[in-house]
Amino acid sequence: MELDAKIPKGALEDKWKHYKDTVRLVSPANKRRLEVVIVGTGLAGASAAASLAELGYHVKVFCFQDSPRRAHSIAAQGGINAAKNYQNDGDSVFRLFYDTIKGGDYRSREANVYRLAEVSADIIDHCVALGVPFAREYGGLLANRSFGGVQVQRTFYAAGQTGQQLLLGAYSAMQRQVALGNVEVFARHEMLDLVLIDGKARGIIARNLVTGELERHAGHAVLLASGGYGNVFYLSTNAMGSNVTASWKAHKRGAYFANPCFTQIHPTCIPVSGDYQSKLTLMSESLRNDGRVWVPKKKDDPRKPTEIPEEERDYFLERRYPAFGNLVPRDVASRAAKERCDAGYGVGPSKMAVYLDFRSAMHRYGQAEAHRLGIAHPTEDQILNLGKQIIREKYGNLFEMYERITGENPYETPMRIYPAVHYTMGGLWVDYELMTTIPGLYALGECNFSDHGANRLGASALMQGLADGFFIIPYTIGNYLADEIRTPKISTDHPAFAQAEREVKDRIDRLMSVQGKETVDYYHRHLGKIMWDKCGMARNARGLQEAISEIQALREEFWKNVRVPGDANSLNPELEKAGRVADFLELAELICIDALHRNESCGGHFREEYQTPDGEALRDDEHFAYVAAWEYQDGKNYTLHKEPLQFEVVHPTQRSYK
Amino acid sequence: MHITLKVWRQKNQQDPGHFETYQLDNVNEDMSFLEMFDVLNDKLIREGKDPVAFDHDCREGICGMCSMYINGRPHGPLKGTTTCQLHMRHFKDGDTIVVEPWRAAAFPVIKDLVVDRSAFDRIMQAGGFISVNTGSAPDANTIPVEKDKADAAFAAAACIGCGACVAACKNSSAMLFVSAKIAQLALLPQGQPERKTRVLNMIAQMQKEGFGSCSNIGSCEAECPKEIPITFIAKANSEYLKAMLAADLPE
Amino acid sequence: MGFTGLFLILFLIVHVTINACIFLNDHGQTFNAVAHFMGTNILVHFLELGLFVGLILHIVQGWIIWSSNSKKRPVKYAVWGAKANSHWYSRSMGLLGTLIFIFLVIHLANFWAPNRYHYVVHGEELNLFERMKAVFSHPGVVLIYLGGLVSLSYHLMHGFQSAFRTFGMNSRRYIPIVKGIGVAFAIIVPVLFALMPILLYFKVIS
Repeated sequence: MELDAKIPKGALEDKWKHYKDTVRLVSPANKRRLEVVIVGTGLAGASAAASLAELGYHVKVFCFQDSPRRAHSIAAQGGINAAKNYQNDGDSVFRLFYDTIKGGDYRSREANVYRLAEVSADIIDHCVALGVPFAREYGGLLANRSFGGVQVQRTFYAAGQTGQQLLLGAYSAMQRQVALGNVEVFARHEMLDLVLIDGKARGIIARNLVTGELERHAGHAVLLASGGYGNVFYLSTNAMGSNVTASWKAHKRGAYFANPCFTQIHPTCIPVSGDYQSKLTLMSESLRNDGRVWVPKKKDDPRKPTEIPEEERDYFLERRYPAFGNLVPRDVASRAAKERCDAGYGVGPSKMAVYLDFRSAMHRYGQAEAHRLGIAHPTEDQILNLGKQIIREKYGNLFEMYERITGENPYETPMRIYPAVHYTMGGLWVDYELMTTIPGLYALGECNFSDHGANRLGASALMQGLADGFFIIPYTIGNYLADEIRTPKISTDHPAFAQAEREVKDRIDRLMSVQGKETVDYYHRHLGKIMWDKCGMARNARGLQEAISEIQALREEFWKNVRVPGDANSLNPELEKAGRVADFLELAELICIDALHRNESCGGHFREEYQTPDGEALRDDEHFAYVAAWEYQDGKNYTLHKEPLQFEVVHPTQRSYK
Repeated sequence: MHITLKVWRQKNQQDPGHFETYQLDNVNEDMSFLEMFDVLNDKLIREGKDPVAFDHDCREGICGMCSMYINGRPHGPLKGTTTCQLHMRHFKDGDTIVVEPWRAAAFPVIKDLVVDRSAFDRIMQAGGFISVNTGSAPDANTIPVEKDKADAAFAAAACIGCGACVAACKNSSAMLFVSAKIAQLALLPQGQPERKTRVLNMIAQMQKEGFGSCSNIGSCEAECPKEIPITFIAKANSEYLKAMLAADLPE
Repeated sequence: MGFTGLFLILFLIVHVTINACIFLNDHGQTFNAVAHFMGTNILVHFLELGLFVGLILHIVQGWIIWSSNSKKRPVKYAVWGAKANSHWYSRSMGLLGTLIFIFLVIHLANFWAPNRYHYVVHGEELNLFERMKAVFSHPGVVLIYLGGLVSLSYHLMHGFQSAFRTFGMNSRRYIPIVKGIGVAFAIIVPVLFALMPILLYFKVIS
């Protein structure tokens, strides 16, 4: 199949406007008769549910958590970007667009990214109207801060809980529609298959996680907003339940999976402490605004960080990237930290960590504060104490979280951080309208291959999720549903529903019947280790080939030797996990296949064979300036479809943050 | 360290339930409380027993899904901490830890330590929102908000909806949860148009869901993992009285 | 609850002020004079009626709230760690209220009822000061009174500030003030009352 991204004609800045002006509409009377199924209630899902319901569609929304408010968007800390230029520092839609394209290492679609930058400002307006309590200046107007990879302050935030506040805003907008009867919420439900009728997405099979019942839910269109697949690495900053199952089932039904190897490793996470570790915790990127990253200049330095004098510290990000310093993009910062640790300069018990030090910032803020308070000759202690107050105001909750997890006080000793899997830029391939290769199936937010190319900039995930749900899908879905106004309510008695339900049931029965010796977590951990070692921050052809055969073997063993306790007719978290891990075991192979085929380094995908003499990622625009969209064949083979990336406005160059 | 766990086991909502005692060796002090439960479950599965069902998701203290009642305290002994962020270094070798589900008429047990908190969603549906349709908002900076009010609204909005307030309250009242949302929206200029109906409807729904009434005991504030202050309850009371006494009392 | 509570608090102020007249140690002259006024003035009789209504409302409301709230947790916790998060007296308002009620019955039976009976039957009041001296000569009665007043003190310790919260007082500036006044009130008023039986028993006042 030829991939058609359906990018509107015209100049970059006119495309979206032109699209909106000419797209087909559905009349209010017809909207009432059309049903939309949405899977996932994070920023993308909740905002789509709210805005589609406001338009008059009948929406059914599904989440596996006990409430839509728990979706993992809630854990985003740092902020949300928007090209408001409230700071008068030269920001604009074009700059946000440009930074995103560049940050993504020239592997995203210009038209989509430009549209994202365009609607970014509307998101802030709408969220403020919804009552999201963003940080404000004393004058009552909105405050901003800066984030990695950019030189302007365009990030809006609510302390270190921006994701929570935005999600609760979208959730409340959706709850309003629930009260009005326009949205039905199915919590503790997991989508286990997509139902196609005559080639169109017409519904889903969902398992009621409390009763174990399989349910059929039909709609004129299906929207997946089910998040990323970072948990394929077992240890990641994702929530325990985050999974690829919804997207993967759609993929197996014909939706292409794009750029699966583009995974983001976030530089500032709390290091692993032991084998029992179940997840990793992110320390917001905003900390790099004030924290300086360093390692000792001496290998295996046994001294405490506070005892190492200034001249014996290697501030390696400032050294390597003087222009951006500690605020280089995530992929660059992560690799630099890995490089130092691999070279033997790592710190902490595992030696797989670097320091993130706030002492200079405390000093700087402390001096300013002493000046403000009119303290003439402040002592060093006074300055530091005043500085600590300022740091506490800015990052208090993050510092407390660090202390709770590690038992160390980061006001007194530098934080120890190490990169961890955080976000997946890859996902279901979508066109300009966010439709996948299955007609009527859309993918929103992190679960599509998105606008972030090979690397996402900080504070852009929240922006994309809300852009997709609030401002894009309400327009683009109409273009499809305009043809569906004569389609009556979809019946769940259709044989396609029965068939899909039977297949889901068979798979559950298979999982339950193995009754082997090893737990689901055992396989998940094992898979994670393969992926982290061979398809993590640095990849090479040999490692990827090994990974592929190891994953195949592990998958085979899983189906022979996994043990799922309990039964399928009640709440059974192990069964839920087993189904998700089984899907990860399939996806993992595709990730490695994709990583192996992409013979270049770009963004989060770093192939050791392709680097510049000074160790930076070396892109190959001649051969790889395309989106790799994989079509599912039989579980062993995948067909590659290429969507060439046309750069009409921005000309790819080697990214430089020096 | 060695830990003895007494855990509430209940097959389903109808089952009366009982305690089971488990012994765990080699508990590491850097483990989180939930990671200890992972270890327990791993052991139970290998022994051919049914693992303990418990709610959890983000494991970084923000999603509000984890919900264990540990040694008589929701989320355990540490102030301002969710169960997932509670680490074993706060317990001693040889400790016996009793773990129960949230208990309240409005939070029926689904299985073991998992309870149904959908009542909170229905309270939100009753009025925990600002009625504004997508696309109709003015520029964000045309609505200035005094910084202290914005900060107070944020403090209220920090609620994660975990239900610890209900679990801790002698009356099983949900007033801290309800009042935090009422206060957040009442403090912001955007929340003014629906201020009166919101408080009346949300409180009515809270009562309908079977939560108790608030008698200002203060357990909720002390146990809230996000340390939401009880002053928001007083704020909600004031909103309620004002709405009740308003000359133009809405229907 | 808060409304009737505050109403009763107002009554306590009047009551303690009048009774404090005995501390003048003038053989109860001032006290008896004020008591006579309170016992015979028609307006006060109306207020007294209001007081009883308020008291009964307070009791009925309290009972309704207690009985409704106690049904909200059908399965109890095996371990109840409430002492780590709240004051016992805040959680025991029903119990304290019941104790105070029992005490009130005894108290009314000792003073108010016989006085009224005497007034209705004989057309004149008792000498209440003498009555106090007589009643408080029994150590058992003094102990019951002290018990009742301790209950009252803890009841007020929670109830005073709680009433203000119920009325919506949420200002960060005034809460500490109200709390302070509440604690002071909950200590001073019961102590003043308690001094009466004690001083009369030990005949410091006569």
